[in-house]
Amino acid sequence: MATQNNGVAVSVTHTQPLWLLAEITYRCPLHCAFCYNPTDYDKHTQNELSTEQWINVLRDARKLGALQLGISGGEPLLRNDIEEIVVEAKKLGYYSNLITSGVGLTEKRIQVFKEGGLDHIQLSMHDITEEINNFITNTKTFELKKKVAAMIKSHGYPMVLNVVIHRYNIGHIKEILDMAEALGADYVELANTQYYGWSLINRNQLMPTKEQIDYAEKVTNEFREKIGNKMKVFFVVPDYFSDRPKKCMNGWGEVFMIVTANGDVLPCHSARVLPNIEFPNVRDKGLMWAWQDSPAFNRYRGDSWMKEPCKTCPEKEKDLGGCRCQAFLLSGDAESADPVCSMSPHHHLIEKAIEDAQNPVLQAQPILFRNDKNSKKIISGEAKELVKDFHTTP
Amino acid sequence: MTIEQKDIFKIAAHHRFQWEEAQQSHVILFPEGMVKLNGSAGEVLSLVDGKNSVDQIIASLKIKFKDVEGIEKDILSMIQFALDKAWIEKAN
Repeated sequence: MATQNNGVAVSVTHTQPLWLLAEITYRCPLHCAFCYNPTDYDKHTQNELSTEQWINVLRDARKLGALQLGISGGEPLLRNDIEEIVVEAKKLGYYSNLITSGVGLTEKRIQVFKEGGLDHIQLSMHDITEEINNFITNTKTFELKKKVAAMIKSHGYPMVLNVVIHRYNIGHIKEILDMAEALGADYVELANTQYYGWSLINRNQLMPTKEQIDYAEKVTNEFREKIGNKMKVFFVVPDYFSDRPKKCMNGWGEVFMIVTANGDVLPCHSARVLPNIEFPNVRDKGLMWAWQDSPAFNRYRGDSWMKEPCKTCPEKEKDLGGCRCQAFLLSGDAESADPVCSMSPHHHLIEKAIEDAQNPVLQAQPILFRNDKNSKKIISGEAKELVKDFHTTP
Repeated sequence: MTIEQKDIFKIAAHHRFQWEEAQQSHVILFPEGMVKLNGSAGEVLSLVDGKNSVDQIIASLKIKFKDVEGIEKDILSMIQFALDKAWIEKAN
């Protein structure tokens, strides 16, 4: 039982992680402008967990209850031990998912994954045009992705495509869905960009208009009508254009657990931007302690941390005040209501962001692509002007 | 699709049905999602294995749960529900 410093017992969590996301490496051959990885990821590329450490993470998380496993990155295929990790995941009873750009997937590797028991592969696609695919990822990967899609299908895997949506491809939703159908996709996730990490820095260059999003949703619904059960299409609504905040991660420390390349244990992808929280690392006290007892995981569990307007809000159970990271990044106060909420005293920041993204001068600023050089620049403070509007660290 | 007594169903491709000790329940796992099943749904789907026909499933559960009234209707609606959700598919 967890106790406070004064010895008074506090509520013990009965939550169990259902999802484990293993961000197995931050190295990546792609340089996507919308990547949600931390902008200072370059700090965490030298101290990746070993194969053995990952296997222990899998075992411990399974004991805690996790059953959906995402093997992600960076590009996970840059590690040569995914084969071993997949076998262990199968043995432990996970439903495992490799989340990949496709770079590094070969006939030989996919065959080993299949034999090892990997359950599915989620491939990122960017556009129907080579030009936009190559521009937004800052790589020449268009043809490769189509080849990999065919390879996934031919090995009997469900075809799961993830397409991050932004200003450059939102006008092509119909064509993207047609392409997915032609590739034989079973699931397509149209994920409107959420603004964290690199995408936050590039927000003015990436954010579409409300009209574009409404149109994209309409086109998606029409496609769903037509395709029926053959393909499942998810449309992840961008929260900036909604007046109610999202129930981020389904609640802090409720069902999601992320272990990063260097072993930090996080309740969400971007939690390390939050100030004054020390996140546990698997190298220290292990996963059980991290999930159940660490101060970090208990910090925003439930609603006792809330202040007004969340505290007495009739909808607080529904959205838990939105996203803590977004609240901090935009307002500087992690305990304030998510500025997406129309009742937030900081809601004007969202309105301003939407307005700024339509400003031709700001739109024309160069994109800062996700790469080691730019990450080093951000760490050293050289790119300060790009982060000055956000309460981001560093 | 209407369910017939002689129909045989199996867990759909790319789906996995398993008992979860930590949750004390059966679950269905599939790409991007999972569903925790309640006790009776778990009982029914445990028998959806590509071998038992619908009438065999009903017969087995009638023996196991003797005193439950209207069990046949519940089983059929559970199978229909799972079919509509595409958790199971026709095996014969």
